[in-house]
Amino acid sequence: MDILRAENIVKRYRNHTALSGVNIAVPEGSIFGLLGPNGAGKTSLIRIINQITGPDEGTVYFRDEKLSPHHLSNIGYLPEERGLYKKMKVGEQSLYLARLKGMSKQEATRQLQIWFEKFEISGWWNKKIEDLSKGMAQKVQFITTVMHQPKLLILDEPFSGFDPINADLIKKEILRMKENGTTIIFSTHNMGSVEEMCDEIALINNSKVILDGKMSDIRKRFRSQVYEVEFNGNMIAFANALWAGFELLEREQVEPNHFRSRVKLLGNNTTNNLLSALIPHVEIRSVREIIPSMNDIFIEVVQSQNQNHG
Amino acid sequence: MGKIGLIIGREYLTRVRKPSFIIMTLLGPILIGVFLTLTIWLTIGESGSQKVLVVDELGLTHQVFKDKPNVVEFDYRTTHLEAKEFLEGDQYDLALYINKNTINGDKALLLYKKIPSLSIQSYINSELDAVMESYRLMKANTGPEVQKFINEEYPKIKRHIELETKNAESGEKAKTKHYAAVVGYVFALLIYMFIFLYGVQVMRGVIEEKTNRIVEIIISSVKPFELMLGKIIGIAMVGLTQFILWVLLTGLILILAQSLFFPDFYDAANQANFTQVANGISPEQAAINFESNEIYDLIFIRINWALMLFMFLFYFIGGYLMYSALFAAIGAAVDSESDTQQFMMPITIPLVFGFIVAQMAIENPESNAVFWSSMIPFTSPVVMMVRVAMGFEPGTIWQLYLSMALLVAGFITCTWIAGKIYRTGILMYGKKVSYKELFKWMFYKG
Repeated sequence: MDILRAENIVKRYRNHTALSGVNIAVPEGSIFGLLGPNGAGKTSLIRIINQITGPDEGTVYFRDEKLSPHHLSNIGYLPEERGLYKKMKVGEQSLYLARLKGMSKQEATRQLQIWFEKFEISGWWNKKIEDLSKGMAQKVQFITTVMHQPKLLILDEPFSGFDPINADLIKKEILRMKENGTTIIFSTHNMGSVEEMCDEIALINNSKVILDGKMSDIRKRFRSQVYEVEFNGNMIAFANALWAGFELLEREQVEPNHFRSRVKLLGNNTTNNLLSALIPHVEIRSVREIIPSMNDIFIEVVQSQNQNHG
Repeated sequence: MGKIGLIIGREYLTRVRKPSFIIMTLLGPILIGVFLTLTIWLTIGESGSQKVLVVDELGLTHQVFKDKPNVVEFDYRTTHLEAKEFLEGDQYDLALYINKNTINGDKALLLYKKIPSLSIQSYINSELDAVMESYRLMKANTGPEVQKFINEEYPKIKRHIELETKNAESGEKAKTKHYAAVVGYVFALLIYMFIFLYGVQVMRGVIEEKTNRIVEIIISSVKPFELMLGKIIGIAMVGLTQFILWVLLTGLILILAQSLFFPDFYDAANQANFTQVANGISPEQAAINFESNEIYDLIFIRINWALMLFMFLFYFIGGYLMYSALFAAIGAAVDSESDTQQFMMPITIPLVFGFIVAQMAIENPESNAVFWSSMIPFTSPVVMMVRVAMGFEPGTIWQLYLSMALLVAGFITCTWIAGKIYRTGILMYGKKVSYKELFKWMFYKG
């Protein structure tokens, strides 16, 4: 089942359209990547999901119910522009935010104590935010986003500004939450940072979804048929062996007699055909498929779209 | 409502716990107390015993003014007295004229050589009120149905006499600012101050949330309008807390100061009343005695404190809600406090204007400027306080009701408009906003 479905969302601002007819469906229990360059409309869509603003057209459904304020306690949101009250104490502030999400004081205190222990920050309860380092404040921000155990967690540019240790901690925590059934939406322009975690993605560019679906399907669709081949032997012999059915894209010498190259399969050739063509001539060290990154795919889709639209 | 309650709680508690709030709350009453004590002390020292000649050609009030030892002494004559004659004689400091005009028009004349202090003037005035009251009582109370009489006729009898105080030589009117108007002015000043102080706090709070970037986290849990309203109400409660503490502490300090520095200010009659009550004399009887006490008369009869406090609360809350909503909208529209200047102007000007008109109202309550400013919601919270203190002429009380209704309409409109601007503004960063822009925000869809 889809935990969230946005149908035909349109949002216009005075000078531009932020979203024009956007459809997304986020399956329950998945990690969903909302990818696209800055200004594509990701934050506008997220704000609509969080009911900070309303769409001009279209409807959002939360588990097949029309999205309404009572769903907010099921959603955790870490905005891109995030901060805390500087003069408020960590514990007091976390309690306040938890109670705004509808938790009772006792439940919030209990949950917070668990999280504070997990993140090893129990000693900060009575410290003011202004006395914490940026990294410390980020931990508190993350905790306040997840402490009410949301069914849907929305993280806008989650890893920007996090130091590597915190980023790793939070990645682990996100994966653990996914195992417990939480659905996670990542929104980022930095596609490399999340692609290994995402099950599904939607690519947004210029206010439209230009590509969406399961990560594995997309990868399949955009297979480049390019392989990296490392071998010991003679470069000329190698190139001659590729004469029919293959194209040598790149080559480099690693050591004398040790080369690394990129080869594209042409026609219906398979890796087996490649190997049987090469084995008589050189000694194969490794063969690995070159998987296009989301960034490559994005550029390819945008370029082909631009060509289509002239 | 639950979430707004949380917001109100946070706004209130974080501010009330601040050292600056605690210091201001304690320091304010001490300063006011010291100032008032000094003023009383200075005015007591100044006049000495004043001899008043009551000129009563009709013989209405023979020998009934009560002296106040060492402060005011009365003497009487029933024949005409020319101002010149009074001036030339050195026996009397003041001459109080009671004539037909006093009976029919509730007016009397007080001539002076050297202007008497306000407390002496008000003592004479309250004595005059009491004397005329007993005169009218005597005149009216002929029938047997006394109870009915007290219910129906007594309010007409108990009237305040307007005392015109003039320099005997020049005939110039003394600038005895109406005591009540001055009290009203103090309330107006408080409202003016509180709207400014706490309105700006609302604006700062909004800017803080915006620059801290916490606002988006909060409005993913509550509606922006709820956040704005919660902030405004929370800060209003801080203001009311401060006000109540000021009133209580100032009262306490004044009572302390009185018993420490002016023990003889408790006059004998007053003391007697307490003993009478203690000795089992009926409270009603004691109350009658009590009413003739000068201070009691001033504080408890001439100024309707219950009404004043109610109106203060009404106009403070109404005016504050209206202005602070606008302050919140400004806070949302800018990125930092230094950008607020251009938007502050149109808000501060009507407030300052109202304050100036309130000063005018003391001298000239009938003027058009005072009337219109007491109607327009942007100035009425300040100006109307002076008018309420002075009381309304019969048949003009509708002005108060209209002004109150307009204020309610004003703050609902302003809050609505401010809510629109606020909602768009708080998520807008790094943009210099113009009035044109703000106007457009009012029509954005949620």
